[in-house]
Amino acid sequence: MKVGVTKEIYPGECRVAATPETARRLIEKQGFEVAVQSGAGVFASFPDESYQSAGCQIVDSADQIWNESDIILKVRSPEESEVEQLRPGTTLISFLAPGQSPKLLDSIASRKASAIAIEAVPRISRAQKLDALSSMANIAGYRAVVEAAGLFGRFFTGQITAAGKVPPAKVLVIGAGVAGLSAIGTARGLGAIVRAFDVRPEVADQVKSMGADFLMLEFESDETGGTSGGYAKTMSKEFIDAEMALFAAQAKEVDIIITTALIPGRPAPKLITREMVESMRPGSVVVDLAAEQGGNCECTVPNEVANHHGVHIIGYSDLASRLANTSSQLYGTNLVHLLDEMGGAEGFKFDMEDVVIRSATVVKDGEVTWPPPPVSVSAAPSQTPAPETPKEIEPASKTPWGKITMLGIVILSLVGVAMTQNSGFITDFTVFLLSCIIGWQVIWNVSASLHTPLMSVTNAISGIIIVGGMVQVGVSSSPAIWLGAIAIFVATINISGGFLVTHRMLKMFRK
Amino acid sequence: MFQNVIDMDLISPQLLASEQLTIAESSAKVAYVVAAVLFVLSLAGLSKQTTARGGNILGIIGMLLAIGATIFGMMVGGYEMMVVAIAAAVVVGAVLAVRVPMTGMPELVAMLHSFVGLAAVLVGISSHIDTHGDVPSSERLIHDIEIFIGVFIGAITFTGSIIAFLKLRGTIGGKPLTLPGRHVINVLMAAACIGLGVWFCQESHNPDGSHNADGQAMTALLVMTGIASLIGVHLVMAIGGADMPVVVSMLNSYSGWAASAAGFMLKNHLLIATGALVGSSGAILSYIMCAAMNRSFISVILGGFGGGGGSGPAAKVEGTVTEFSVDDTVDMLEEASSIVIVPGYGMAVAQAQHSLAEVVKILQAKSKQVRFAIHPVAGRLPGHMNVLLAEANVPYDIVLEMDEINDDMPDTDAVLVIGANDIVNPAALEDPNSPIAGMPVLEVWSAANCVVMKRGLATGYAGVDNPLFYKDNTQMLFGDAKQNVDAILRALQGN
Repeated sequence: MKVGVTKEIYPGECRVAATPETARRLIEKQGFEVAVQSGAGVFASFPDESYQSAGCQIVDSADQIWNESDIILKVRSPEESEVEQLRPGTTLISFLAPGQSPKLLDSIASRKASAIAIEAVPRISRAQKLDALSSMANIAGYRAVVEAAGLFGRFFTGQITAAGKVPPAKVLVIGAGVAGLSAIGTARGLGAIVRAFDVRPEVADQVKSMGADFLMLEFESDETGGTSGGYAKTMSKEFIDAEMALFAAQAKEVDIIITTALIPGRPAPKLITREMVESMRPGSVVVDLAAEQGGNCECTVPNEVANHHGVHIIGYSDLASRLANTSSQLYGTNLVHLLDEMGGAEGFKFDMEDVVIRSATVVKDGEVTWPPPPVSVSAAPSQTPAPETPKEIEPASKTPWGKITMLGIVILSLVGVAMTQNSGFITDFTVFLLSCIIGWQVIWNVSASLHTPLMSVTNAISGIIIVGGMVQVGVSSSPAIWLGAIAIFVATINISGGFLVTHRMLKMFRK
Repeated sequence: MFQNVIDMDLISPQLLASEQLTIAESSAKVAYVVAAVLFVLSLAGLSKQTTARGGNILGIIGMLLAIGATIFGMMVGGYEMMVVAIAAAVVVGAVLAVRVPMTGMPELVAMLHSFVGLAAVLVGISSHIDTHGDVPSSERLIHDIEIFIGVFIGAITFTGSIIAFLKLRGTIGGKPLTLPGRHVINVLMAAACIGLGVWFCQESHNPDGSHNADGQAMTALLVMTGIASLIGVHLVMAIGGADMPVVVSMLNSYSGWAASAAGFMLKNHLLIATGALVGSSGAILSYIMCAAMNRSFISVILGGFGGGGGSGPAAKVEGTVTEFSVDDTVDMLEEASSIVIVPGYGMAVAQAQHSLAEVVKILQAKSKQVRFAIHPVAGRLPGHMNVLLAEANVPYDIVLEMDEINDDMPDTDAVLVIGANDIVNPAALEDPNSPIAGMPVLEVWSAANCVVMKRGLATGYAGVDNPLFYKDNTQMLFGDAKQNVDAILRALQGN
């Protein structure tokens, strides 16, 4: 089967759907033939020669790719001119925005071809390796911080120098999805103080594990911020008011705001108002990762850096493309995994029983198959009918009855001892009791790492029973003597074996 | 006027008089006191690794002193037999000590316990046949009771330890033998022993007060020995393999009490004191083991598994596991700056500790912080994992106990779990109905990333599913532990 990769014609798109590395995997591990349009990888720093060394065929024109390939890999949605070149029976794989482009799906269908929208892969753990949205969002989050740092007039990290003290930058990240978490990590790596907010309270742990503070709203509600698909959803008015108040307060304090809030299929919510931008200090930076969907900030100008009252508002929608080398590599790997799931060159097929393939396939053999049935994915606990307070796990024993019984036994024993009316026995008993107490005190101090040598040395010491054997071996009755001798024998094994093995073990402990 | 003066004749003369000893006996008793002190100091030395070896030496000195004192001060004959017995046994003990592998320590310890029990039984029976020295008639009953109890405890220790030895070896399976009505059986056997005891005390003396060594008293004693042996067998057979650390500690304790009982019987304070030291030691270890499993001692001893579970069924564990390859694991280790390794008994069984020690050295050379986290019940004996790691030359200051290292888990970048399952099971903390509920565990899931090395997805000793494997930040590295660790070592050496 032949896989074809064209050069992206979308203006400014630097990514390519396959790198020499991913093409090599398609050829060697999955048995495909790969043809790449000349210059496809140039803007991602992959020259034609690298593709050739990986075993690809370099083709001069895009037409040849469209005419000869069974599967075409692209990054951006195809233009009309490209769709017209789709042959029947071929498969197109790329970002397609199926929910927003019904006409595109229809025209692909009319060409009797099939299409897979890579962004429609469900967000379940099994499909993580195919999830291009996550891999691109990860890059976007990183790049957002880099772009902000490029425009920001101060250090991100705090410093105390001979020439004075430089305070660290304060960064607010709105939305703790893949892009948000990546931005948090990158900003922390540069040394900034980072705080984050998300409508889904269950991501607090993830945020904290990245070293940022999670901002909580003072807001009582039964709403969960997440849908079953793991995305945020639109919230109630009270929630939104509290949210906006939080952002307004934060805007006065922070230097950098990175917003990543998206709602699938709807315009991005407006979270940073004009007033908030005006309350920020001049020189601050807002990076709006939702610019392509309208933007989270009222001042965002898509694809440009706007300036409002001295605050830079970055509205780039091509952050992943700006890191084309890595993003092509990761995207290409997502596609390799996808093709692997579909059977590779030998067994290539659309398994519509597989929830991943079914969700991602938007056109099959000329039929539009979008939208697919919803898939449940959950990082959040599913709604329980009523919250059950978990049963307390109790430590075992520790009942008062146990202590009372112990006390009773002790008292009875003491009474019993007194009733013997025998001074020898009482002396013996005294020795016994005091030795137990000494033993108790001393043994608790033994280091836990030495418990095994403790057992072997107490074995050796309990060989003191040899004394009993030695005493008995001197009596007159012959059977008694023999029993004593055997007792000496086994007790000595304990003594010699116990001390020697303890010595051997203790020798092994070294710093 | 002086009617209040105390009449000296009415005060018991015994209060003021004491026994007069020969100089040999006197010196021997003083030597015994010194020996006892040396034993206490020996155990005290085990509080730190630096003083532990000195402690062992003190114990040896104490023992030699005690034996010497007995020869010169207490013994009246039989020197030749003693010398032969000692000489032969020293060789046997030395051979055992030198040849046993560290993974065989539990079996050795169990075997040594059985010897103490056996010796106590033999000394008791021997003492009944022919007591060394005279027993005044007022003390006969006490003496008989002491003999009886000494033999009873000794017999239980003897057979119980043998069963423990066979279970640890694998000759007997780990599943507990839960006979129906087993508590009733135990109670009946104990009652029979008490009855035999009464009979024994009655029969061991003729009407004229002289000692009757043959005849019914001996029968009673021997029958009781048989029954007590059965109790020992039954007791340990009813305990599951997972609870072996508790069982061995318990038998350690019993061997101490057996020695103490022999001391009562022989009126030997050194035996009493030393037996009490050993008995307390075993009791403390048993307590620590039970606390580490959140189960009460009684529930462990009286049988079977499951004292901590609630009434409902355990929560079902669902999800998919993420698989890691050796290369993925090596990448994770190379990117981490703080690493914790959690070894379980499975690592020792696979003999992976030596390669693992090499891996640790390489990681430390790359300026990573590497530490080991030991759960109290990891291994088959308390402190067993520490010894296995020491044998592999892992420095002891990076081997930490659970309580010392659990709080550091959230700050750890990478955790490697090798051959351990139940001790890292979050169900113990999260599911009140789990059979291991309430057991303190190593909270490896709070670290940034965790890789679990396991042969397959089968359940561990406790037969309990482990939700750890399905967590997002946990990956599984399947296969034989030794092979995987060797592969990791090669990869790290190559880089």
